[in-house]
Amino acid sequence: MDFTLKIWRQKDAQSQGQFKTYQLTGIGADNSFMEMLDELNEHLIKNNEDPVHFDHDCREGICGTCSLYINGRPHGPQKAITTCQLHMRSFKDKDTITIEPWRAQTFPVIRDLVVDRSAFDRIIQSGGYISVNTGGVPDANETPITTSKANNAMDAASCIGCGACVAVCKNASAMLFVAAKISHLAQLPQGKVEAESRAESMVAQMDKEGFGLCTNTGACSVECPKEISLTHIARLNRQYYKAKQASDYIPDKEEIHEG
Amino acid sequence: MTWYPLIIRSFSKRSIQKILSINGSSTVDEIHKELGKIMWDYCGMSRTAQGLSDAREKIQAVKQQFWNDVKVLGTNDELNMSLEKAGRVADFIELGALMIEDALHRNESCGGHFREEYQTEEGEALRDDEHFAYVGAWEYQGEGNQEVQNKEQLQFENVKLSQRSYK
Repeated sequence: MDFTLKIWRQKDAQSQGQFKTYQLTGIGADNSFMEMLDELNEHLIKNNEDPVHFDHDCREGICGTCSLYINGRPHGPQKAITTCQLHMRSFKDKDTITIEPWRAQTFPVIRDLVVDRSAFDRIIQSGGYISVNTGGVPDANETPITTSKANNAMDAASCIGCGACVAVCKNASAMLFVAAKISHLAQLPQGKVEAESRAESMVAQMDKEGFGLCTNTGACSVECPKEISLTHIARLNRQYYKAKQASDYIPDKEEIHEG
Repeated sequence: MTWYPLIIRSFSKRSIQKILSINGSSTVDEIHKELGKIMWDYCGMSRTAQGLSDAREKIQAVKQQFWNDVKVLGTNDELNMSLEKAGRVADFIELGALMIEDALHRNESCGGHFREEYQTEEGEALRDDEHFAYVGAWEYQGEGNQEVQNKEQLQFENVKLSQRSYK
């Protein structure tokens, strides 16, 4: 298969970026999208041109490292997969494919198609965890969890934090990501301990990073490679209101001091 | 001991400068794939002394190719994924060579590591607990020198070593 690639090239965050067009021939239909980019980079290096930088790690759709806006859609034209799970057979021979990085102010470009998603890490650090005692493995039936709760929490937990939701959102809102984390932990007894402070502090960090507000458009859920449902945003809102309006939680002196 | 990080840092710096200065004709991916093919063909689940000896030569050739002919563009002052990859492949070459060395010295079949010369009449792995009941830790002796193998004997006081049968 032959392709015309229009790829966003940008030296670093300070430089002005631009599209560059490349011709690539003889690509197998069963090559993955990233193998196709590997192939392109081999050609570029041989011709003394800087290879196209793009993020990738596991290449099996579980790590959340790969990104890419392909023909105007995050993770490309297929539903419920990441870019690394996309294959060239999803395109037509002689197609022109446009490849861009995630577009959001909160995800500045580091180089070419690589963006800085550390804002997500800081949101997780602000509350995306539970406090448990380490030590022996607890007895299997010690903490009963109903099947529906477990399933629902697991659905939320399938979020890989890739940032497609932010990239596709017209407001660059991170609500689906934050909702997935909060909904996952809020539904399980282990997550109850910090449920209120978690909702408050993760939302506060999300706002501090500069992510936009949610207007319930739902593009995030449509483009999410893990099909995270909007109902998790409803649960996040509920958690947040609960924390704000009816909180039993009184911060101790240390927390107030830390401000 | 405390100045070890400094040595490693200056060693890494030199390696990076060297990698960037070669400007040869083989890409990092090409060399990586050659290395992978050698490991797959000669140091996989089933291996022989002859194959491993051949692989020992082949891997030295790959090492030569890397340090004389690798092509890595760009600088060390920017995000440079080719350079990152080159550093990793340089390590993989060392590790691959060491794996072959270790596989070659172990004249027995153990677990998933099947040396074709050492098998029972029924084609099962034939262990040699008398000579090889130890864990080997290889110690670096500087560039170009043979690593030294430190042995930690596996001693079983209460349980006797035995052979599991799936039949």
